[in-house]
Amino acid sequence: MKIETKYHGEIELNEKDIWHFEKGIPGFEDEKQFTVLSFEGNEVFFVLQSVNTPSLGFIISNPFSFFKEYEIKLDDAVTHALALEKPEDSMVNVILTVREPFNESTANLQAPLVFNLENKKAKQIILNDYSRKQPVAAAATKE
Amino acid sequence: MLVLTRKTGEAIRIGDDIEITVLSVQGDQVKLGIDAPKHVDIHRKEIFLAIQQENEAANNTVDLTKLFSTD
Repeated sequence: MKIETKYHGEIELNEKDIWHFEKGIPGFEDEKQFTVLSFEGNEVFFVLQSVNTPSLGFIISNPFSFFKEYEIKLDDAVTHALALEKPEDSMVNVILTVREPFNESTANLQAPLVFNLENKKAKQIILNDYSRKQPVAAAATKE
Repeated sequence: MLVLTRKTGEAIRIGDDIEITVLSVQGDQVKLGIDAPKHVDIHRKEIFLAIQQENEAANNTVDLTKLFSTD
């Protein structure tokens, strides 16, 4: 099927590339289908694009490349919701709030996106022990 | 809003499978124990609202050329 997107124009989307967020995500509870799009020549940033709303798209990234010490515990509620059998089946990303200048951008480490690669279920989970507005620039310069 | 008065150790039951127990009260802090099925998400309200707001803020339109010039 063809969908309109926020950053990639019109694209052809296969059913197998759709992630299913059973309850949407906080603030967008009706948005239950997203796809992850990459940018040519860039392996850091991706877009979590709503399948149904062209203007809804988040810049996401792998938190472990920015924040080496980041770790999350997938509790029973999450593994149950995603029918996740083993950690290796999961992928974790975080949503970036990109601001100008870029060094004011933040990563939402408190609410990572967890994807089950086996069944395409996904969920934004809420942790209690991480920052919602972790500066990205600070992490980048630490390396 | 339904208002119920409970003492320490007492509980309320919501539906068939959610139970909230008052574990302790100290000053203006109340410690609650919540038993609910795994599919029910439970969060502190202010954190949930903050995540909603952060998601809304993160849905701004990003200038991609500037984004890529930083990595």
